[in-house]
Amino acid sequence: MSIVKNKVDAVIVGAGWTGAIMAKELTDAGLSVVILERGPDRDTQPDFAYPRVVDELEGSVHRKYLQSLAKETVTARHSVNDVAVPYRQMGSFKPGTGVGGAGSHWSGAHFRALPEDFTVRSNLEQRYGKKFIPANMTVQDFPVSYDELEPHFEHFEYVCGTSGKAGMLNGQVSEGGNPFEGSRKKEYPLGPNPNYLGAEWFYKAAKEKGYHAFPIPASNASGVYTNPYGCQMGPCNACGFCSDYGCLNYSKASPNICIFPVLKGRKNFEMRTLAQVLKVNLTGDKKKATGVTYLDAQGRETEQPADLVLLCAFSLFNVHMMLVSGIGKPYDPATRTGTVGRNYSYQNLNRVVMFYDQSVHANGFIGIGGGGATFDDLNGNRNDSAKTGYIGGGIIWARQPGAGPVRGIQTEPGVPNWGSAWKKGVKDSFLHSFYYEVQGSCMSYDDAYLDLDPTYKDAFGRPLLRMTFDWHDNEIKASQYLVEKATDMCKVLGPKAMKGDAKKDGSHYNITQYQSTHTCGGAIMGSDPKTSALNRYLQSWDVSNVFAPGANAFPQNNGYNPTGMVGALTYWAATAIRELYLKNPGPLVQA
Amino acid sequence: MSDDTQSRSRRSLIKSMVFIPMGVAGAAGAVRALQPAHAADANAPEGKPNDYIPSFFNANEWKFLGAAVDRLIPHDEHGPGAIESGVLEFLDRHMQTPYAAGDIWYMQGPYLKAAPEFGYQGKLALRDIIRVGIRAFDGYVSSQNPGKVFGDLDKKAQEDLLKAAEKGELKFEDISSKLFFSNLLTEVRNGYFADPKHGGNKNMGAWKMIGYPGMRADYLDWVEVRDKPYPIGPVDLSGRRA
Repeated sequence: MSIVKNKVDAVIVGAGWTGAIMAKELTDAGLSVVILERGPDRDTQPDFAYPRVVDELEGSVHRKYLQSLAKETVTARHSVNDVAVPYRQMGSFKPGTGVGGAGSHWSGAHFRALPEDFTVRSNLEQRYGKKFIPANMTVQDFPVSYDELEPHFEHFEYVCGTSGKAGMLNGQVSEGGNPFEGSRKKEYPLGPNPNYLGAEWFYKAAKEKGYHAFPIPASNASGVYTNPYGCQMGPCNACGFCSDYGCLNYSKASPNICIFPVLKGRKNFEMRTLAQVLKVNLTGDKKKATGVTYLDAQGRETEQPADLVLLCAFSLFNVHMMLVSGIGKPYDPATRTGTVGRNYSYQNLNRVVMFYDQSVHANGFIGIGGGGATFDDLNGNRNDSAKTGYIGGGIIWARQPGAGPVRGIQTEPGVPNWGSAWKKGVKDSFLHSFYYEVQGSCMSYDDAYLDLDPTYKDAFGRPLLRMTFDWHDNEIKASQYLVEKATDMCKVLGPKAMKGDAKKDGSHYNITQYQSTHTCGGAIMGSDPKTSALNRYLQSWDVSNVFAPGANAFPQNNGYNPTGMVGALTYWAATAIRELYLKNPGPLVQA
Repeated sequence: MSDDTQSRSRRSLIKSMVFIPMGVAGAAGAVRALQPAHAADANAPEGKPNDYIPSFFNANEWKFLGAAVDRLIPHDEHGPGAIESGVLEFLDRHMQTPYAAGDIWYMQGPYLKAAPEFGYQGKLALRDIIRVGIRAFDGYVSSQNPGKVFGDLDKKAQEDLLKAAEKGELKFEDISSKLFFSNLLTEVRNGYFADPKHGGNKNMGAWKMIGYPGMRADYLDWVEVRDKPYPIGPVDLSGRRA
């Protein structure tokens, strides 16, 4: 028999960025809020304290700060006709766990989406005609505009102490920033971080090629900072342990240092860790949620009744929670009907490595997660799809989150994997090589989706989420185009050797190689309840007291990192809950 | 080599910066200064790695590893070999961690054959991949060379066999030779490069070889320096310097 807790106004599943933002906004509004977090409590002290946190074996091999796939994972297959197999070992993407979630082990790259990223379908139709978009490509417009999100982008940047340089300030081009960005009302809260060698050279090469390089907006503080909530950050010391690690230094923005310190004393807020939510409980007609059922730290089945349920887990697990709870209609690729699981997309990442002789001190062990340089000359509307032959866009960047030898040392082409020649290879390259990456958009397709696996179960007896995904010709073409541009640019810098990895024709998605944790879609926002799981306020069309903020809401993925957009969307949804929903609980958009 | 020489001569000139983090509102009491890495003479020997007595591996496995590990990362003019670095001790200790027992891998069946893009789909945890692999490897060697195991062969023959295993050309009964080899190589590299606290990388020899400053984790003063190598030698998690 379940333990039944006292009812609260809102229960939040997950203590990452979206959960923290929702908890802050809703407790501000006077609601009683409980967060249920499957992982442990974590904070800078003692969990991310120097020196133990910088142990590469624990962080990047034992994956101490990431989720255990033994408990929950996904299965994957390339097409609807294949049998999916489990994602048994961490590879292609790295969901987090514990307080802070992926928001504690991210790098810090903090972009806003471009205005045209919100209108992908209508923009393409307007530029090239309705027939231009392939029939199997299911891209949609976001049901919200850049201008509507602008104040929320700004607020999230100020919460995170984002370090950057505006390029378009109140409609005026601002020197040194991105001239192609959407207009912003305020400058970044902090100036850009210093440039490591690869970033400094990036500006040189970009200039020669006519690109407009600018500092990557980084939520790695470039100076002393106090955010609007009174939380303090210190300047990033370039330690080189961002991705995979919690920040030892109060420099990388995270829910742990930027939001939770404010919530901890609040009487109307409670955080329960090691609380594994199993499902959202629904009324018999499946139109209202009554709360959630979870396993508490002792493994006891516990019910938490609530008026509002906020799914704030990692994007994939938000979709999973909706599917196992029976929220909305699962997507069926055969008929292209149903909404939950549709439009799964990813990120199209490729790398070019440059090797130099001993006189070039690239020092890859130095790292500032989101720091570096990039440009938008091949992104958004600058990509003329009629000419390049692919839809979408992407960025080339110099970004160096920090490397240690356990995380892997790139060697020049031809160097073997072991023996004396390998030793010479790693010795030659470790301090004297760096890389640029291509981060491309990923469109959505009728055959790329998420549903429940018929065979495999998680540690709690629930079916695993099944991912059906493969690269399509459009993304392979994009990869080849962008890597070629990156390679051209790198040649300007005269490396003695180079290594590039554009996707080859017909190549398949490889889940064993880390590419990006930017898994998107699956429970997308839209203006039509037939083709989206959430309305423009991230509210379930089917169960109106369930909201699901996260990258799961992206109808397709753009060329940027998603966190800036995820934060802005969450503030947007929280504002709608506070200003619209609480006054009149029910659907905020009529189906 | 030149990096090492440089770093020693400059070491006394530049001290490691210690960054004291800003407090966080509402949690001021939780903040304390980060501990600096304390100096100690790391060139003092830390005991002979070969004295380590394994508690996971048996004598046959130990013999195999003693040979294979030495072929994978030999002692040479570039830097220390895996044996003198304590990689054997690392392997024995690492195989006894929850990680090697499959603690963070999804281990439930069914175990289906799948394209290589989906990764390892077998039922063996890391420690079993290594154990089953060693036994299969030695069994293969004995079938070709009666009375001998891998460790009895000459170095050239051992290298040729490892190369064949790397390509998956050796056909074992219980395990793919390629799978075994790739897991073994990864573990050997982990032991060679991970912090000495895990048993390998004695005296931070592997870090010195490649010029890695180790666990300093504080480089703000060096981000924009272009004209000279990073001047200080490595420090490990326990604060030893080399």
